Amino acid sequence: MEAIRLDAQWIDYLLIAIYFIFVLGIGWFAKRGISSSIEFLLSGRSLPAWVTALAFVSANLGAVEIMGMSATGAQYGMPTMHYFWIGAVPAMLFLGVVMMPFYYGSKVRSVPEFMRKRFGPGAHLVNALSFAVAQILIAGVNLFLLGTIVNRLLGWPLWIALVVAAVIVLSYITLGGLTAAIYNEVLQFFVIVAALLPLTIIGLNRVGGWDGLVEKVSNDGMLGAEQLSSWPGEQLSGFANPVLSVVGIVFGLGFVLSFGYWTTNFVEVQRAMASKSINAARMTPILGAFPKMLIPFIVVIPGMIAAVLVTQLSKFKEISASVGEASAAAETGVTYNDALLLLMREVLPNGLLGVAIAGLLAAFMAGMAANISAFNTVFSYDLWQQYVVKDREDDYYLKVGRFATIGACIVAIFTALIAGNFSNLMDYLQTLFGFFNAPLFATFILGMFWKRMSATAGWVGLVGGTLSAVAVFILSETGVFDLPGQGAAFLAASTAFVVDILLSVIVTFRTAPKPAHELRGLVYSETPKADFEDFNEPKPPVWKRPVPVAGAALVLVIILNVTFG
Amino acid sequence: MSNSNELTKTAGAFDIRNFIGVLLGIFGIVLTIAGIVDFTPDEAERTGGIDANLWTGIGLIIAAALFLAWAKVRPIRIVETTDDVTGTEAAPDND
Repeated sequence: MEAIRLDAQWIDYLLIAIYFIFVLGIGWFAKRGISSSIEFLLSGRSLPAWVTALAFVSANLGAVEIMGMSATGAQYGMPTMHYFWIGAVPAMLFLGVVMMPFYYGSKVRSVPEFMRKRFGPGAHLVNALSFAVAQILIAGVNLFLLGTIVNRLLGWPLWIALVVAAVIVLSYITLGGLTAAIYNEVLQFFVIVAALLPLTIIGLNRVGGWDGLVEKVSNDGMLGAEQLSSWPGEQLSGFANPVLSVVGIVFGLGFVLSFGYWTTNFVEVQRAMASKSINAARMTPILGAFPKMLIPFIVVIPGMIAAVLVTQLSKFKEISASVGEASAAAETGVTYNDALLLLMREVLPNGLLGVAIAGLLAAFMAGMAANISAFNTVFSYDLWQQYVVKDREDDYYLKVGRFATIGACIVAIFTALIAGNFSNLMDYLQTLFGFFNAPLFATFILGMFWKRMSATAGWVGLVGGTLSAVAVFILSETGVFDLPGQGAAFLAASTAFVVDILLSVIVTFRTAPKPAHELRGLVYSETPKADFEDFNEPKPPVWKRPVPVAGAALVLVIILNVTFG
Repeated sequence: MSNSNELTKTAGAFDIRNFIGVLLGIFGIVLTIAGIVDFTPDEAERTGGIDANLWTGIGLIIAAALFLAWAKVRPIRIVETTDDVTGTEAAPDND
């Protein structure tokens, strides 16, 4: 395969270098504020809501998302918007309005810790271990993508790129802990926008504005105008029937998969837990929903532009439509994943190119740093302090957190090398870890609202739900039934959700419930309303209250769905 | 926040808004200069005639000015309460 080498000049390198000085500078400055483990691992719960909101968005804006979503945009067009408007925004609002009071109000330090308080050690171990292992492996995948990009852009050997990238992430996290990770995520957000917004505008200018894009996409001779409206999205969901496709997207992607991901994934929830009050914690995902619904315009649209503007990519799309993706890749030397890079090479002048490369590197590091910083919290508090070395002074756990970070980075380098050699294996592993999320959401939501639910039901539901998802996945992989596109993943997640609820209910009625006094802060009916409010703070004005702002976000996302539907 | 054990101080240089402002500002100045002195016909062809560096540079400088002004007008105050195990906590915006 031919390498896409961007023609970077000294001015581009200068801008990239300036950016990295700032990244390390943040780690160094944040270090001065760190004196206890809670500051290192949860930023001392001190950050304002807009900071944690942008970090919340950025933590998910890694390599996989930016490259993957622009690739999907190049391939399918507007239906890709579902990953943002149906997939992410409603789940983020739900997290802020319904679930965050439990997480923040119960003073737990991690999502698995909530699991332990509500269901005891069985469910806790399942959750903490699977999460910790998944984070390290995903950090490795992010690192591998980062290394590949550096390798292709700058020509460094892969292993040097891997080590340098890992050392940079490692140094700012070990120095500044979660504060450094979060502050860097906020900085990354603006650099990414500074890179992708001009790219989109210049790209649109080249294809003759929005009208020009519409005309070129409608007349591309393949999917045509179908790519210009997000609904019903049959190509994306893999269901031929438009009604089934809408149902599949709303329930499979929107409800089960996304609610599972956004509401129980500690990488995301951790950003909200670092905020300064329960109100700020709830506002974190809600405020984050606003940038989140605009991001596809600078990620998906450039992908669509690349597919009609860059000759190599439109040729790839033509050949893969008639012959198949493998031969198209062999013939043109590119794939959909290169959409963004190809567009950058096509339209950006030197200077802006440097900003764009810095933005991409930033995004890839954000993904990895988010995985690592969530891992070290779960490792120190949920595994080490809980099961290995208990009751030591706080300094000790601060040290454990720092060593866990170093260990995680080293393991991630090796995972990245494995990912490079067995790319299919890593795909499967990532899919499998995705299966942990759907049953987690079912267990959490039952546990938060049903006080009768017993401790045994907690872990039985989780294990049973996950296994059923794996079973569906294996059945579809071995061809017992055939669902193209994302259909199999939607079905696996939905099955896991249903099985988890059924098992939990059955087991609950055969085991003893937890005593009611142990459920305060953990179950809705057992928690006084006052626990969910912060009496130290004056009642915030209406534009700073979670429910009204979430309502506004919901209206806006419905308008977007209708306008671009 | 009417606690007698409070120590209030401003966060000073370590305010993320200053970091964002300065970084975007430097990017903006470099791009603006590049856009003025080095706008080649080759670039014009790439961008479809827009001096992309110049306009992005100006945009970044404006964004940078907004962040620095915001940090100046509403500084973060750090409140240290001695009876609070979590240590530091930023005060709410004083509005």
